[in-house]
Amino acid sequence: MLNFSDLLPYTDVFLGGLATTLQLTLLTTVLGVIVGTLCASIRQYGNKPSQRAVAAYVELIRNTPFIVQLFFIFFGLPSIGLLLTPWQASVIALTINLGAYSTEIIRAGLSNIPKGQWEAAKVLGMNFRQTLVRVVFTPAFEKIYPALTSQCIIVMLGSAVLSQISVQDLTYAANLVQSRNFRAFESYVVTALMYLGLAMLMRYIFGLIGKRVFAFREAS
Amino acid sequence: MSLVKLDQVHKYYGDFHVLKGIDLDIKAGEVVSIIGKSGSGKSTLLRCINGLEEYQQGGISVDDKEVTSEDIQVRRLALSVGMIFQNFNLFPHLTVGENIMLAPTIVLKKSKAEAQTIAKAMLEKVGLGDKFGSYPEKLSGGQQQRVAIARALAMNPKVLLCDEITSALDPELVGDVLKVLEQLAKEGMTLVLVTHEMNFARDVGDRVVFMHQGKVWEEGNSKKLLSDPETEELKQFIGAVL
Amino acid sequence: MIEFSNWDILRNLLFAMQWTILLSLIAFISGTSVALGLTAVRLTRNPVMTRFVKVYVELFQGTPLLMQMFLCFFGLSMIGYEISAWGAAILSLTLFTSAFLVEIWRGCIDTLPKGQWEASRVLGLSFLQTLRHVILPQATRVAFAPTVGFSVQVVKGTALASVIGFVELTKAGTMLNNATFEPFKVFAFVALLYFALCYPLSLCSKYLEKKYHVAR
Repeated sequence: MLNFSDLLPYTDVFLGGLATTLQLTLLTTVLGVIVGTLCASIRQYGNKPSQRAVAAYVELIRNTPFIVQLFFIFFGLPSIGLLLTPWQASVIALTINLGAYSTEIIRAGLSNIPKGQWEAAKVLGMNFRQTLVRVVFTPAFEKIYPALTSQCIIVMLGSAVLSQISVQDLTYAANLVQSRNFRAFESYVVTALMYLGLAMLMRYIFGLIGKRVFAFREAS
Repeated sequence: MSLVKLDQVHKYYGDFHVLKGIDLDIKAGEVVSIIGKSGSGKSTLLRCINGLEEYQQGGISVDDKEVTSEDIQVRRLALSVGMIFQNFNLFPHLTVGENIMLAPTIVLKKSKAEAQTIAKAMLEKVGLGDKFGSYPEKLSGGQQQRVAIARALAMNPKVLLCDEITSALDPELVGDVLKVLEQLAKEGMTLVLVTHEMNFARDVGDRVVFMHQGKVWEEGNSKKLLSDPETEELKQFIGAVL
Repeated sequence: MIEFSNWDILRNLLFAMQWTILLSLIAFISGTSVALGLTAVRLTRNPVMTRFVKVYVELFQGTPLLMQMFLCFFGLSMIGYEISAWGAAILSLTLFTSAFLVEIWRGCIDTLPKGQWEASRVLGLSFLQTLRHVILPQATRVAFAPTVGFSVQVVKGTALASVIGFVELTKAGTMLNNATFEPFKVFAFVALLYFALCYPLSLCSKYLEKKYHVAR
């Protein structure tokens, strides 16, 4: 009854979708973590109004579904004159989404840094920015690295929704294939497994990066 | 007669040989202090006696019953061996009274009233009669440790194992806990302590066992051993801690 | 063309939101039940069963919820099990919710100090007695805040049911958008309504977490 060989002619379609998902994930993971790092720093050390603004951004994103954010950006923004391609809308939506979640995660890391570290840097004559970048960031990120990894994976999985604004990602490929060969179950199972593989790959790569970046932990 | 008996006990953590053939014979009513550097295997030895750790060779018996770490055995053992930990390990969600009553009611199947009577008596004994309804977090470390002692005593054990029970306490709170132990010793309770309190070991203890590199390096009457150690290692150890 | 006032839009969205709430409730309750069962299975420490739970968690945490919904909806009917969009949404959200909750609760149980198990053991408590009297009462307290926090993910997850055609808040939004051609307004309303549902839950979770941390 099940027939996976019917999928074989569509290998290229799947691989194309996979490539799109990979590209989007890579790009928005980097962008999202940068946004998160900036916003977390503001949230932790900025002045009151900027802290409030970041908090509002974080809460707004964390308490609404990604698909609604995506629709708002893709369908809503053009009506106020901001025309976006599906790809652009996707990058923006994913970055904003991951940015909000990683802000919250990274901030937890920052607030965990003992005051003594700041004081030690200060008496050594380092300024705020130097202390933050050279002293605080590494141990702060180390603490929250597993949570950040999981969040990046969650956002990657969430990107399946992009198919709804006709971004030709992995999910789009699955839909396309099953509409052609009427093998919905097989098509979705294979796609789900590809996502699973992607999630495992991300965990593995994050692990490798973490090992390098947080090498000081190994030595001790 | 001997209450706790160890016969050529060997224990390994993987490749690491922690206990290298321990022989020990503890009589009822004896107070035995196990001393030694960290890593000498003294805590491991204590944890083997009540089955919290497995051992690979030799034999341990308590009250003529063989100790293995299979769950059922430990439960039967719990009736004759009490244990107190460095970090108290009180149950934070239960009041002091409930902490003490839990095991008597669900393990010994005593009635609630009976367990309550026991709990109150044991709390009186450790000098905390007024703390029955308090939660552990409201107590000082010294008080928590005394509650832990009361909790162990409520099971009416034949021997009480104490694993560095004053090490996590502020110095000024140590005295209260030791006073309770001394009282127990006077009443004839068998105590086996892993401790750094040399004065207590000398003044209250009957016997000192000095462990070094997984072996019983030297043992004997506590006053004699601590004032006149034979081996170089024990001399060094005493010099370092006093 | 019919004119839609703001109130018309909001009224229609509010009506659809009832389905979002109902779907969230059902998914959360059934997800919690399944997670309880799986946690019990995991606690038996039977290697085969533990392995099963691990694979289950890996599978449903490692694949997109949307894909799970597609599989439940299109996939199951293709291999002969007819299922409605409503049923498929409940089924997939239950699987999704339970996989995350099992993992969250595992963390809660594992954060309890080893000393709690050891103290119970030397007092003679059996495994089940230790669980019932010592571990679970503490673990449930720790688990409360993150569990409420996860309910936000469930509410947001229900939005994906729109993709398989179930008319809840998001689907109503896209339908209204097609009728009014006012996407900015419609999706802003939709987002605000989700926010109104989720933010109180987030606040509640934060409050519980604080309360618990102070109590520790």
